[in-house]
Amino acid sequence: MEFKDYYAIMGVARDATQDEIKRAYRQLARKYHPDVSKAPDAEARFKEIGEAYAVLKDLEKRAAYDQLGSDWKAGQDFRPPPGGSGGFEFSGGGGADDRDFSDFFESIFGRRDEGGRHRQAGPGHHARGQDHHAKVQIDLEDAYTGATRAITLQTPEVDEQGRVHLRKHTLNVTIPRGIRAGQHIRLAGQGMPGLGQGGAGDLYLEIEFRPHPHYRVEQRDVYFDLRVAPWEAALGAAVEVPVPNGTVELKIPAGATAGQKLRLKGRGIPGSTPGDFYAVLQIALPPADTDAGRMFYNKMAEQFKSFNPRATPGV
Amino acid sequence: MIDEKMLPDASTTILEEQVGLSLTEVSRACAVHAEMIVELVNEGVLVPDGREPHRWRFTGVHLRRASVALRLQRDLGINLAGAALALELLDEVDALRAQLRAMGALRD
Repeated sequence: MEFKDYYAIMGVARDATQDEIKRAYRQLARKYHPDVSKAPDAEARFKEIGEAYAVLKDLEKRAAYDQLGSDWKAGQDFRPPPGGSGGFEFSGGGGADDRDFSDFFESIFGRRDEGGRHRQAGPGHHARGQDHHAKVQIDLEDAYTGATRAITLQTPEVDEQGRVHLRKHTLNVTIPRGIRAGQHIRLAGQGMPGLGQGGAGDLYLEIEFRPHPHYRVEQRDVYFDLRVAPWEAALGAAVEVPVPNGTVELKIPAGATAGQKLRLKGRGIPGSTPGDFYAVLQIALPPADTDAGRMFYNKMAEQFKSFNPRATPGV
Repeated sequence: MIDEKMLPDASTTILEEQVGLSLTEVSRACAVHAEMIVELVNEGVLVPDGREPHRWRFTGVHLRRASVALRLQRDLGINLAGAALALELLDEVDALRAQLRAMGALRD
């Protein structure tokens, strides 16, 4: 398994004071909090920082970690020293959030048996299971038509020995028609099981659209770059435009320009207030790679001698 | 290969489109005591319909805001007023990003 340099992760020196470590943690947590940061790796960074802080803020754990020595480099293959935790005993007390720390963490500090302990709670103990959150990617087309998709999630689960395993959990999810990115699907009772009479928690799925090769989505509206020939833009034309649920005929007005947005009202993501579909015009030039082609462009240049594309500077 | 027909079918609701949630339902969904939700209302983070707490009606958008505010408070060691400020600033950043994107200055 890989060695983790908790000091490097937190950006502090090995002899940092507890106050310096706390300050670094607060700064990094604000920067990488998944509800704050838009960075794609924010969640992973936030977890890593949380793990590093769980070790360094705790004097016992920090001392045990320091005992491994300062010669280790991040990412180096790490084998835990014989004798498990090196004679250290931990007063424990990990929060409910330490459930998915790394193998490296577990090799030094042991596995948290929180779930195991809870499960042995007396018969009178009831608690509702935890809610689970996950992000899922769906295709834009699914939001147009609605769909049922098999979605596989990894759930940490504790076995009889108190070890944590990732269990693959697949369920059929109905994607409601008209769902948009950033919305959440709530699956009642699909979270962690409860204790005693406590019901299971809920599962929340945050919807993201898989990046589409042709469409861009903004809220309810969908954008598409539509390539047209110069004569179609100049003279007007009727062209077929592929929308996520079929094709639509679109009239291009004469004198259309590059970048012009043509709206197909109500052809965005459906719903009680459906979004719009925008075709953004791009003018595609036929290549001048033959003598005839070059001759034609020359003739055009002659014909439009007075045309100055840079008449309005800076546009 | 997974046989999709064998899987449990989960009934789905879009969180953001839920309406008419009570104080009890929101606190249950956020796994906190009702007092925490009352505090969020007092901070102005949530503005439910209805005047007295037992008549309050929340929407899925409120539920989402409440859970983000509670996560920020827990993970960043800030109080609810601080979480409320952070939420407002995040909303503002989102609106500005959307404007930038609409102007074509930002591509994701």
